[in-house]
Amino acid sequence: MNPPTGPVLNDQRPEGHVDTQDRDAARRDGRRPGELTLREMLRWVWRQLTSMRTALVLLLLLALAAIPGSLIPQKGVDSLKTSQWQDAHPQLTPVYEKLGLFTVYSSPWFSAIYILLMVSLVGCIVPRTLVYWRGLRARPPAAPRNLARLPDHAAYRTDVPVDEVLAGARALLRKRRYRVEVAEDAVSAERGYLREAGNLLFHLSVLVVLVGFAIGGMFGYKGGVILVVGNGFSNNLTQYDDFVPGSLFKASDMEPFSFDVKDFSVDWLTSGPRAGMARAFDARLDYRTSPGAASQEYDLKVNHPLTVGNSEVFLIGHGYAPVITVRDGKGNVVYSGPTIFLPTDQSFASFGVVKAPDARPTQIGLEGEFYPTVAFSKQTGSYYSAFGNALDPLVSMLVYTGDLGMDTGTSQSVYSLDKSKTTMLTKKDGAPYRIDLRPGQKTKLPNGLGTVSFDGIKRWTKIQISQTPGKRIALAGVVLALIGLLGSLFIRPRRVWVRARREGGVTLVEVAALDRSGGGDVATVLDEIAAALPGAPQKDSGEEQS
Amino acid sequence: MTDAAWETLSNQAVAACGVVYFLALLAHLVEWSSLRNVPADTARTAAPRATAKAAATAKAPATATTGADAGRVAVATGGASGAAGADGPGDTPAAVDPDRTRRVELFGRLGLLLTVIAVGLHFVGLVGRGMAADPNRVPWGNMYEFTLSGTFIVALLYLVLNRRLGLAWMAPIVVGFVLALLMVAVLWLYDPVAPLTEALDSYWLVIHVVSAAIATGAFTLGGICSVVYLVKERRPGPATGPLARVPEPAVLDRISYRIHSFGFPVWTFAVLITGPIWAHQAWSSYWNWDPKEVWAFITWVVYAAYLHARSTAGWKGRNAAILALVGMATLWFNFIGINYFSSTSQHSYAGGAHQIGAPVHAGDGSPGRL
Repeated sequence: MNPPTGPVLNDQRPEGHVDTQDRDAARRDGRRPGELTLREMLRWVWRQLTSMRTALVLLLLLALAAIPGSLIPQKGVDSLKTSQWQDAHPQLTPVYEKLGLFTVYSSPWFSAIYILLMVSLVGCIVPRTLVYWRGLRARPPAAPRNLARLPDHAAYRTDVPVDEVLAGARALLRKRRYRVEVAEDAVSAERGYLREAGNLLFHLSVLVVLVGFAIGGMFGYKGGVILVVGNGFSNNLTQYDDFVPGSLFKASDMEPFSFDVKDFSVDWLTSGPRAGMARAFDARLDYRTSPGAASQEYDLKVNHPLTVGNSEVFLIGHGYAPVITVRDGKGNVVYSGPTIFLPTDQSFASFGVVKAPDARPTQIGLEGEFYPTVAFSKQTGSYYSAFGNALDPLVSMLVYTGDLGMDTGTSQSVYSLDKSKTTMLTKKDGAPYRIDLRPGQKTKLPNGLGTVSFDGIKRWTKIQISQTPGKRIALAGVVLALIGLLGSLFIRPRRVWVRARREGGVTLVEVAALDRSGGGDVATVLDEIAAALPGAPQKDSGEEQS
Repeated sequence: MTDAAWETLSNQAVAACGVVYFLALLAHLVEWSSLRNVPADTARTAAPRATAKAAATAKAPATATTGADAGRVAVATGGASGAAGADGPGDTPAAVDPDRTRRVELFGRLGLLLTVIAVGLHFVGLVGRGMAADPNRVPWGNMYEFTLSGTFIVALLYLVLNRRLGLAWMAPIVVGFVLALLMVAVLWLYDPVAPLTEALDSYWLVIHVVSAAIATGAFTLGGICSVVYLVKERRPGPATGPLARVPEPAVLDRISYRIHSFGFPVWTFAVLITGPIWAHQAWSSYWNWDPKEVWAFITWVVYAAYLHARSTAGWKGRNAAILALVGMATLWFNFIGINYFSSTSQHSYAGGAHQIGAPVHAGDGSPGRL
């Protein structure tokens, strides 16, 4: 496909090999053939790296390397799922950890591939840009001696004089927006110079996207917080439940906004094939862009984030927070308040714990489920939730006494109970002692431990807050890449030559076209041009059938 | 019309278009089997212009006129050797059974006509699906609907590109493929019409999914070309049989490239522009390394490799075609594999329900939200 003349403009990179001059030089130095100096070695490596084959292999490697991240849970994507997976696979975990398989997309080997790919890309693009720059002003190459040798060519004889044919060809090709060069007996024309520009733009834009992506990764942050309706949040590190900062993130970059979750509403579908599905989530926020600013209202919905400065606030989850009060044996309130239960299924059966380390005579821990619309399954002999809406709520919890392990100084999840030094309350027959409460109900724990009451239900919303600097750079990069891509795919560079000479009293006109994109079919173009030249035989519809 | 009536209409239209696709397939099979024993050369006069390039361009331009009607008939140049020069204007075969030629032509046209009708019915099925939902919406909210839309686009693209790229030879393959997928959709993927989950309720659903579906359709057509290319390249030059009637490898390669180079920018738009914009709105981060995203990215990279491979020495032709097929495999795995396999893994971490912005790709319970 590589035409013999003119600068190399199609998708060919130099093959990685040592020039013969290098080899000769090496021999003169008294080295064995093939032995390279450091400089030659570096040059060789550079050529290899920037060759198209290497780029191809790297591309395929990149695709291959991305696969494990889609199969193994990723820490950066979902830390909870990752830790659960790790718990379930104790033997694989250390091996995977070593290989970086839980953080594939920031692992050294993944980074190595894309950095090499980028180096290869730069190494290819820069020289090509220079070549392109020179080629941009080049005149179309002279017509090859024998046009009939080109795969796409045509010829006809006419009485029209040579000059007229060439002038007509020149005008025709100009009109078709070719760059035209007229020689003595032939017209050379070339078009599609912008294809390579599109190609270069595409590859440079890939770098822009990466820069934007990297800026987001380094300077951005993403954090989540679960807020019970009625509570507020102000944007600083201490308020987050989980927080994933970029490596160069500074807490001072956080914008000082704050908001209160005033209300939260959901529509539950009660009929149709999706009955039980919740829709139309709407968290009503009152927010201030800074402590002194006026309060504004915002309906936070899915697909409608709130933008404050460079930060964005998203509604990404919701659930129930039963209000539970625990009094100890002495009658003191040792725990009270909305307790966040995390949903475990579609119908919002949720799991949560209550910890009352100050209870006397012994610490009390409760662990159990919340069912918004409780139902009993005879098959499993246990409760389940029939519907996500809180129509007939119930909490069902087990009671643990002893040391909850909260005085050791190590931090504990508020969503799980350390049961290692506790005992579970049992009935006389040894069955677990379970307390089942509906809103407003209260129960007395045995052995004078105290009481537990279920006072009501509140809702919580999970809010995600993120700052993604560089996102506009990345977007601009992709859009430019797309434009470049369109140019490089659909601009069809081609060369056309028309030669006319006097032969035996008539003018022999030869036309040839060469596609330089590797994907074009120039036969049609050739036909059109050849048919529009002065003196071309008129189309005969009958000839098609011959 | 009530929603229920629309749903019924949609189901009936889908059933009807399945039947018509089947009839179209039969017509094309009759067409092809009639040609079974006819040496490919005899049909050359009716060869689609695009596929007869090597032969045509050797002649004077006036004789190489574009055969407007010729493209209808599923015949093409013969083996790879056909280009070698044995086909001057004078080698028109002497004995062509006119009855047989007429039958071939008739069934070819009939097949195409039936395909057009089937695509029309298919469209009615899609519209009905969208109208049946309350509120009305675009008909690609679940796996069944997406399969319906995807196959529609494959069939439509085939019809649109048929003339331009001379795809008549592809007819039985495309129609058979669409029919098979429709059957899969109706038998295994069927879901009653339901409202969209919250995260899907966005105008990006229209832009993002349409572009993804168009790219999927294009890649599928391109993949079919690449498969045929590989087969043809392996056994060049049979004088009779179906393989003799598909274009030469070089032409197949070019058609494949052109379809892919249409699909690739569309896929770029779907996966790297609209996808991230929507992801940013719905899930707070424009790139989450969600399995669906990862595989869309893998597909993108593989097709990028294909486009590069086509112009690299040692990779052109066979290896490039294999890459295109790898790309298609990743594309389908993303659609089928990830939807099923990831819906369970999403479930296992107790995410699904409370995550209202839960990755729509992964689905929640009913697999296959795209």
